[in-house]
Amino acid sequence: MAYRLMKGNEAAVIGALLGGCTHFFGYPITPASEIAQGAAYWFPLSGRMFMQSESEVSVINMVYGAASAGARAMTASSGPGIALMSEGISYLAGARLPAVIIDMQRSGPGLGNIWPEQSDYNMVVKGGGHGDYRNIVFTPYSGQEMLEMTRDAFEIADTYRMTVFILSDAYIGQMMEQVSIDGPVFHGKRKDWAVYGDAQSRNNLITSIHMNTHLQKEHNDLLQSVYKQVSADLVDYETIDTDDADIVMVAYGICARIGLSAIRVLREQGVKAGLFRPKTVWPFPACAIGDLAARKTKLLVVELSSGMMADDVELAVKGRTEVARFGMVGGVTPKVEELVQAVTDMIRGGRDA
Amino acid sequence: MPDTNEKFGRSSVFYDTFERRGAEEKSTHYCPGCGHGTVQKMIAAAIEEFGIQDRTIFLSPVGCSVFAYYYFDTGNIQCSHGRSPAVATGVRRTLRDAVIIGYQGDGDLAGIGLAEIIHAASRGENYSVFFINNAIYGMTGGQMAPTTLLGQRTLTSPNGRDQFNDGRPIGMAELISVLPAPVYVERCSLSTPKQVLKTRLAVRKALRYQIERKGFSFVEILSPCPTNWGMTPIQARTWVTEHLETVFKLGRLKDYDEDVPVPADPVLHPIDDQQMLTLLTAGGIPTVKTSVEKRPSRSFKIGGFGGQGVLSAGELMAACALSEGYRVSWLPSYGPEMRGGSANASVICSDDPIGSPVVDTPDVLLAMNGPALDAFEHTVAPGGVILVNSSVVNQKTRRTDVSYYAVPATEMAKEAQLISAANVVMVSACLAVTGFLSIQTLRESIPRVLRKKAFLERNLGLVDATITYLQQQEII
Repeated sequence: MAYRLMKGNEAAVIGALLGGCTHFFGYPITPASEIAQGAAYWFPLSGRMFMQSESEVSVINMVYGAASAGARAMTASSGPGIALMSEGISYLAGARLPAVIIDMQRSGPGLGNIWPEQSDYNMVVKGGGHGDYRNIVFTPYSGQEMLEMTRDAFEIADTYRMTVFILSDAYIGQMMEQVSIDGPVFHGKRKDWAVYGDAQSRNNLITSIHMNTHLQKEHNDLLQSVYKQVSADLVDYETIDTDDADIVMVAYGICARIGLSAIRVLREQGVKAGLFRPKTVWPFPACAIGDLAARKTKLLVVELSSGMMADDVELAVKGRTEVARFGMVGGVTPKVEELVQAVTDMIRGGRDA
Repeated sequence: MPDTNEKFGRSSVFYDTFERRGAEEKSTHYCPGCGHGTVQKMIAAAIEEFGIQDRTIFLSPVGCSVFAYYYFDTGNIQCSHGRSPAVATGVRRTLRDAVIIGYQGDGDLAGIGLAEIIHAASRGENYSVFFINNAIYGMTGGQMAPTTLLGQRTLTSPNGRDQFNDGRPIGMAELISVLPAPVYVERCSLSTPKQVLKTRLAVRKALRYQIERKGFSFVEILSPCPTNWGMTPIQARTWVTEHLETVFKLGRLKDYDEDVPVPADPVLHPIDDQQMLTLLTAGGIPTVKTSVEKRPSRSFKIGGFGGQGVLSAGELMAACALSEGYRVSWLPSYGPEMRGGSANASVICSDDPIGSPVVDTPDVLLAMNGPALDAFEHTVAPGGVILVNSSVVNQKTRRTDVSYYAVPATEMAKEAQLISAANVVMVSACLAVTGFLSIQTLRESIPRVLRKKAFLERNLGLVDATITYLQQQEII
């Protein structure tokens, strides 16, 4: 077995190549610039297109144009850039265009700083743009997953004609790990709805405007039915040592990595602790978390925000078990012993739910 | 209905009935006397004449012409407000042979989408832009536009546009024409039949240049909006002549010149899958587990000045561990820290999946300078190892519960005339004193991590020199 040692940001570029992405539109922002830099190197080298745009607003509309023309297109940015793209993402949803966007989350609000937070959760998962739409959101926690989730995102985006987000963070992007590159290579196929500038597609129309209220309702109902299908098809998560657990940490991205270390320490101390790691946060693994709640397993939601994912956990729990929030912001990540302490406190009943 | 088409001269590029507007609908949504219908008829006629209907993609903007797709029997993409040039760019970079028509109003192009149009023009995107300037926001009901004239009353300039409060009208054709890339820029008008005919020629030329792949064309068209100007259609045409044309001078500002470079050919030639996989896996590290027993995990912290090779020392360590079958993680200090000042890297090697990549209590500390020793010596796990670069670090550790080693890494690197390779000395020494990974693995890993292959021999020489030094000092 041969591995390459690479950063999560580079793994994302390779995932995009394997996923059949032909168009990358980028704009620099720390800590996501390495993805654009990698694409600027790899895309032309492999006969694909990389372009640096004048702004994130333009980036997302270039993605819109390329996707309209049938291409597998993507971009990568961080919170401030994703915020600027939000209008365009709403239009992508309205026009039912497939796209892949990577968000290497940094600290906010405003300019914040370049260290990791997970505070874009609401913007990305709940939809930062206007209107009643959804994005499919994957949450990688390793270099290997950066590659695989980005690769698979293009297939999924085309299947459901939706935007797929890779919601990652500065640590997962900067960290170097062993990554194996031996998966399938995908390619986009001709789409019957896209506009190719030929006779066959002449009657096609890419739009998000439906002036007739009944037609808009019909369109929005269609979107909702797609979202329902996605919810049935794509929920993904990993459980580690949850079967006999008295307490389970719920975390994604870098927090799941720290959580993994913490439950090892706790198990050594004889504490029955487990880790529940959503690999998709939309659709959210509400049923699986509901099952834990039904068993009265205590849940500690660990994230680099004040509790954005914790809101979704509580919706899934519906008051059936104790849920505590461990949030850390500003670019600081929790130490393993801090999580161990938080779990210990919760078991003793000392931590406010 | 061919007879109707013949009678009204409707182009075959328009749908016969406008089903997208409503069943059997035959009339447009434009107001009487509006310029949009005139321009769109000219565009449709040109598409028909050039025989490019199948190839044409019409980009509808936001504004009154948002519904251009009701009428054009071509590929249609509706764009968000002002972003049509970015969408055109995305389409152009995907489809080489499509004929792309950008059609934007004054709010869309000169207001909210100013950045997009300037940059698309500046890149010389091969497409044709028709800019309908009627000095007012039409669809929203008559608000001030970037091209509204001074003194012109609108719903949001009820006392007339004031230069100090509202700025002056923007001349887009002039602005575009000063950029080097556009091949054709002209301002036309719909005020009189003569001007309409001139506009017709401009529309044709802008499309012809695109078909010939010459590059970016921009036609600004002064157009009446009787409804929002509060005029009859005839009064409105007169107002175009008497007011708009005096501020926005008609004429050709730029035309094709052989010196303008031909835009890049957008054809992509993707390499085949196997070729790509070969490229992507080049430099892969063959991994052979050196033990069937589970080995203890090790964590390292490497600290020093930026430029001492701190991060690549970590990478080298990780590459060595990976080739001996460990799972590895490497985490840098990054960002502003990287630009001078301190740098540090955390490396973990383990037979189990690695949890947190952050190293809070390293088993081994490699301190390449004094500040790194100060910052991290207290974090080293009891029984751990501290290795310092004694060329730079003068003080010894205060810890008594760790093993302490000193190697003059910078001096040794200087002696080998490879000042940047003090990190190789540190990693060599680290592996030699801990016995964690074999020196042979290190030799094999250096060429995988080293970026300047010319220095390979000198780097390998430094590994030997380090071992010799440690033996002479009876450290190993």
